[in-house]
Amino acid sequence: MPLIQIKNLSTTFDINATTRVTAVDQVNFEVKRGKTLGIVGESGSGKSVTSLSIMRLLPKPMGQSSGEIIFEGQNILDLPAKNMLKIRGNKIAMIFQEPMTALNPVHTIGAQIMETYLLHNPRMSKSEAFEKSVEMLEKVGIPAPEQRIHEYPHQLSGGMRQRVVIAIALSCEPDVLIADEPTTALDVTIQAQILELMKELQRKNGMSIIFITHDLGVVAEMCDDVVVMYAGRVVEKASCASLFAKPRHPYTYALLDSIPRLENKRKTKLHTIEGMVPALADMPEGCRFGPRSTFEHNEESYKTRPELREIAPSHFVEWCDCCQKGLKSRLEAQGENYEVATNG
Amino acid sequence: MDKNEILLEVKDLKMHFPIYGGLLKRQVAKVYAVDGVNLTIKKGETVGLVGESGCGKSTLGRAILRLYKPTAGEVIFNNKKITHLSPSALRPIRRNLQVIFQDPYDCLNSRHTVGRIIEEPLEIHGIGTPAKRKVKVMELLEKVGLQPSAYDRYPHEFSGGQRQRIGIARAIALEPQLIICDEPVSALDVSIQSQVMNLMMDLQQEMGLAYIFIAHDLAVVRHISDRVAVMYLGRIVEFTDADSIYENPMHPYTKALISAIPEPDPTLKKDRIILHGDVPSPIDPPSGCTFHTRCPFATDKCKSEVPELKNYPRPNGDQQLVSCHYAGEL
Repeated sequence: MPLIQIKNLSTTFDINATTRVTAVDQVNFEVKRGKTLGIVGESGSGKSVTSLSIMRLLPKPMGQSSGEIIFEGQNILDLPAKNMLKIRGNKIAMIFQEPMTALNPVHTIGAQIMETYLLHNPRMSKSEAFEKSVEMLEKVGIPAPEQRIHEYPHQLSGGMRQRVVIAIALSCEPDVLIADEPTTALDVTIQAQILELMKELQRKNGMSIIFITHDLGVVAEMCDDVVVMYAGRVVEKASCASLFAKPRHPYTYALLDSIPRLENKRKTKLHTIEGMVPALADMPEGCRFGPRSTFEHNEESYKTRPELREIAPSHFVEWCDCCQKGLKSRLEAQGENYEVATNG
Repeated sequence: MDKNEILLEVKDLKMHFPIYGGLLKRQVAKVYAVDGVNLTIKKGETVGLVGESGCGKSTLGRAILRLYKPTAGEVIFNNKKITHLSPSALRPIRRNLQVIFQDPYDCLNSRHTVGRIIEEPLEIHGIGTPAKRKVKVMELLEKVGLQPSAYDRYPHEFSGGQRQRIGIARAIALEPQLIICDEPVSALDVSIQSQVMNLMMDLQQEMGLAYIFIAHDLAVVRHISDRVAVMYLGRIVEFTDADSIYENPMHPYTKALISAIPEPDPTLKKDRIILHGDVPSPIDPPSGCTFHTRCPFATDKCKSEVPELKNYPRPNGDQQLVSCHYAGEL
């Protein structure tokens, strides 16, 4: 039984009175209890909009979601805003990419952590909230928390600030933590510290994490399952091991191929994905990766939406015949094995 | 090493920024952003510069460009000292010394068309007539893979990767010998990042450019560089060819940096060296070896004695410069 289930989630934005764009297009995935799900894709693929839709933090009234998000047996998209307040920050919490903008510069970090405790526990006294906040800061590895708690965000380094944001997110021991590019703004050494911290806290609290990133290295390190998004749709969904071993959507394949790796020969040409993600306003209904895939596509493939097909146990790929034909010939040309259970 | 091959030489370069405070706004402290760096760059080679934020890699780049006036030390470009040249004397030198910045959103003037942005360096240096310059700009657009229609458009109409191409076109307009690239691909997606890196490598082959490639992504730096320098708190702690630095890092900081790279392979389980704490403040750097506060192997000697950057030659005779008391023993 998954902890949170996303069913047919679509999110649209009204750009003006006549134009409506679909940023997230019928997305399905689920997160298991105590596991980490990664969402990867380029900028503009709809990862962050998906997470904001789950948190119900879309700008109103332009942004609207449809579909279902099942959490604890109820569809949280239908909940009244008042009830959502009890879930947001309490049971589903979020870490944002940029710790400087996520924190309020005119309040001490102590005030900002205490706020979460006091909001979600009306009977808690201020002194109790203060003690808990110090404890939380200690848990996320901030030295001398009794002093640090009185400081303002600008007095802390980037890594420390991200720890404070994590402390706020974890203060109510959420069941689900959504981390939207939590380490992108940090140095590799600090990133390693933060990832280690998140894993450790997950072991202790048993929470589920939705980890949004564009860094496939971080995905390989952190995630149990992965969803690859492209142009608002899920194009591949699998366990981490299966996805990295046998990427079967040409986009995933190309993404993995374009990373410079330490074992590659230096100064050789890197593989690239030509072109860009199509603009939201003129998305084709059919295969959206077609124009960038360098594989030949017929008229038909741009007209009908490809279905998500199970090609191996729990490994789903958005199935476009033209893409698969191209990928098959490329893999075979490289002497690699192309095998999928085509009848899925 | 053939002396004629050397394009740029940096000798004991220091860049200290004063901090003023108190009632009389007197100097109360100094930021030791770059503190004694030695570096040579040969014609047509790429030297990578890596380190955490705040280690002084961007400041070093800017001091070489003379966007800052260095506190001490020398920058010798094409056998000419440029450290103390006046702005007007610097201008002809800047033809051969260009820069590409990290943020493709900030470094292009949003009120100018792309054509004008790329033409500006040609105009400043008085090259050609307006008609000839336009032809040249068109050539440059094609060279960096942009459509000719880009000429009359504005920067906001382009994506991050395309803007970086515009920045590159501007930097190569004067056919320089050295381009300082300050985190040119850090803000881009992997697929776009590889496009820009391929372009930079192609241009290097074609035009014989030398690059100083500043970045914090070690895999990117290794791929594009011939030699790599690792910086920590304003100093170079290790400097050798790009393959050795990954295959045989000798400084504990380099080892930690490399072990922190997340590799896109879930089957790989690495022994990770996790460094604790942050980079110390460059206002009051630690005594002795500045890395001793975070080094897992630090001893009393490290706290008091500053290690020299010494050569530990590779088996093939190449240099590997390391600044650690215990290099080779760890």
